[in-house]
Amino acid sequence: MTRTAITAAAVSILALGLAFGPAPALAAKNSASIGMQLEPPNLDPTGGAAAAIDEVVYANVFEGLTRFGADGSILPALAESWEISEDGLTYTFKLRTGVTFHDGSAFDADDVKFSLDRARADDSTNAQKALFADIASVEVVDPATVKVTLSQPNGSFLFNMAWGDAVIVAPETAADNAAKPVGTGPFTFAEWVKGDRVDLARNPDYWGEPVSLEKVTFKFISDPTAAFAAMMAGDLDAYPAFPAPENLTQFEADPRFSVIIGSSEGETILAMNNKKAPLDNIKVRQAITHAIDRQAIIDGAMFGYGTPIGTHFAPHHPAYLDLTAQSAYDPEKSKALLAEAGVTDLTLTLKLPPPSYARRGGEIIAAQLREVGIETEITNVEWAQWLEDVFKGKNFDLTVISHTEPMDIGIYGRDDYYFQYADPDFKAIMADLANATDPAKRTELMQAAQKKIADDYVNAYLFQLPRTGVADAKLKGLWPNSPTQANDMTGVSWEE
Amino acid sequence: MTAYLLRRLVSLSLSLVAASLVIFLVMEVVPGDPASFMLGINADPGALAALRLQMGLDEPLPLRYLAWVAGLLQGDFGVSYTYRVPVSELISERVMISLPLTLYALALSTLIAFPAGIIAAARRNSAADLSVMGATQLGVAIPNFWFAMILVLVFAVNLRWFSAGGFPGWDAGFGPALKALTLPAIALALPQASILARVMRSSLIDTLEEDFMRTARAKGLSRSQALWRHALRNALIPVLTIIGLQFSFLLAGGIIIENVFYLPGLGRLVFQAITQRDLIVVRSVVIILVFAVIVVTFLVDLAYAAADPRLRRQRR
Repeated sequence: MTRTAITAAAVSILALGLAFGPAPALAAKNSASIGMQLEPPNLDPTGGAAAAIDEVVYANVFEGLTRFGADGSILPALAESWEISEDGLTYTFKLRTGVTFHDGSAFDADDVKFSLDRARADDSTNAQKALFADIASVEVVDPATVKVTLSQPNGSFLFNMAWGDAVIVAPETAADNAAKPVGTGPFTFAEWVKGDRVDLARNPDYWGEPVSLEKVTFKFISDPTAAFAAMMAGDLDAYPAFPAPENLTQFEADPRFSVIIGSSEGETILAMNNKKAPLDNIKVRQAITHAIDRQAIIDGAMFGYGTPIGTHFAPHHPAYLDLTAQSAYDPEKSKALLAEAGVTDLTLTLKLPPPSYARRGGEIIAAQLREVGIETEITNVEWAQWLEDVFKGKNFDLTVISHTEPMDIGIYGRDDYYFQYADPDFKAIMADLANATDPAKRTELMQAAQKKIADDYVNAYLFQLPRTGVADAKLKGLWPNSPTQANDMTGVSWEE
Repeated sequence: MTAYLLRRLVSLSLSLVAASLVIFLVMEVVPGDPASFMLGINADPGALAALRLQMGLDEPLPLRYLAWVAGLLQGDFGVSYTYRVPVSELISERVMISLPLTLYALALSTLIAFPAGIIAAARRNSAADLSVMGATQLGVAIPNFWFAMILVLVFAVNLRWFSAGGFPGWDAGFGPALKALTLPAIALALPQASILARVMRSSLIDTLEEDFMRTARAKGLSRSQALWRHALRNALIPVLTIIGLQFSFLLAGGIIIENVFYLPGLGRLVFQAITQRDLIVVRSVVIILVFAVIVVTFLVDLAYAAADPRLRRQRR
């Protein structure tokens, strides 16, 4: 009897294993599984700042008046064309006709008015409310025409309208977009298995060119080891922002995959608390910038991926100035500056949020600062803690962070922003920039702004965060760069 | 027995009240504002204030505690800050993965441990015993997340028999769902099976040396008859205790395995909720886990009584 029981147990275990033999081969593919590190908390891009929201729905489910192209340029979307008045105050948008929302209702000028008014209302919880701050009124001229009047000229208004936070929603469905997004995009929302994936399906009634993929699945795999295994096992077709740069060489060596290295909008900086002594002394801040060897951080923390920057501006932007030489690695100069400032025995706190660029980079920075005689106390913090302690409480000396919003140099003009710069001259440059519509003038002002913050050594500018993606070698059309937080699947297809 | 049951019930509810208070207060002490987490570093202060008001974060502490407990009593766990759906909905979705996974792992662990422990005890010092002891020593020493990664590398990356993780949902059918849980269940079960087999073995060996076993042999039973009829049942008490502990451990402790296999279970839910400061979800899941552990402990107590008539009599 003993033996029969044991045999039965053994057989049942074996049977369990055998029942799950190799999976049958898939038929011709017209779907794609895309890996993402973080799951969006909800799917409403107008009600949360989480990048993961836009990474699922931007351009796929929701569209705005304008949109970002793969190269960061501003393209028409739901607005076919527009006219700007001489004084730069009135924008008249000609809307596309024959567009329907996914619930079948028609899109027209009323939806545009509703969306913009909702975003700028007093009780709005739009995370980027500042994008709409200059709007004085939105008027419906006819169902296909909307007139937006600004309170002051704003040279980046069309750019602002391309953000995920400015997409057009329908009044009937706006409240439910968090769980059941209804937009006008080429994909409709199909299913969200929380904690696992979001499925999108091709929208047969799309106004534009129909997309090639019938189904897109975004799978949320945060652990880098699990992400690696999922790519290797073929569970995923692409992972556009792969979290572990150390694995990239392994993918490069494997003909099944292509590795896509692009640029992101993430200026990675060593932020300094400009109002806290002795960091309120520009000499001390300058000393810190000269103590830092950017290439060593890129090599050590990012496995060589990343572009050094000398100011808070994306290197792929046409107006970018390379100011890295101004704060070049020079430990002797750093020591001299510290002596000049009369600072000795300096110990600074260094708070590091979870991403590896910060945790790994922070350790390297600490070692580099020690070389010039600055000690650091490293504290690892979670995001929520970072927001509370560093961002809101300003209780820090140094922190490493990547600012991933596009064209966000304007934060240097904000009062009470966490690194506490808010210089009046810088604000004046920003005000002029807002009023300027002439491209040459705008470039000049953007460069003045870059120069100003570099001259004031507000923060130590480290590198532009790369976008390191991995994809099946046959999957084409993924964005190499990320001009905004998005995984635009409209142009993605399988190679025959 | 009734008095005993009542006593247990009172202590159960007192533990729950104490646990709810501790959980609530700990969550309050944790730094981090859920509203500012949701709106991020470019957030407009006005939007932030509006969101805090919407989420009821500005009410005084005792009021929020009472509101939470009152909700719990009515089965209303509140609405998740980040997902904006009822917490009960989130939890019931996730339990449908964590509970089957726990039971699957427990079943595997028992299926492996019982035969192994019994063989080892029955043929003490034989080659079979030595190999069981060696294997279980290894099984206890191997961390389950490491074992999980090895399973993924072998069966998903190299052999491609399984997905590297994820869960298709029960809608996809019983077979695919069970298949998705198989590697995680094995990873969870093996260390537990090793512990259980060792407990089974030593408990059985102790029992086999008792006087009544000699009596059983003397009245003419063969070794294996005596083992199955008399020894096994007597050796079960410590084994049941371990199984009860393992159930709680597996249910609450699947968090690492759920991360390795990116399974959307309770552990992942709590893990995400903590980093996103979705305090209401953390609180509710933790209190449910506390409740589950207390109930299981209670059931194990009852199982003792079933396995051992002496306990039944004492408690009457």
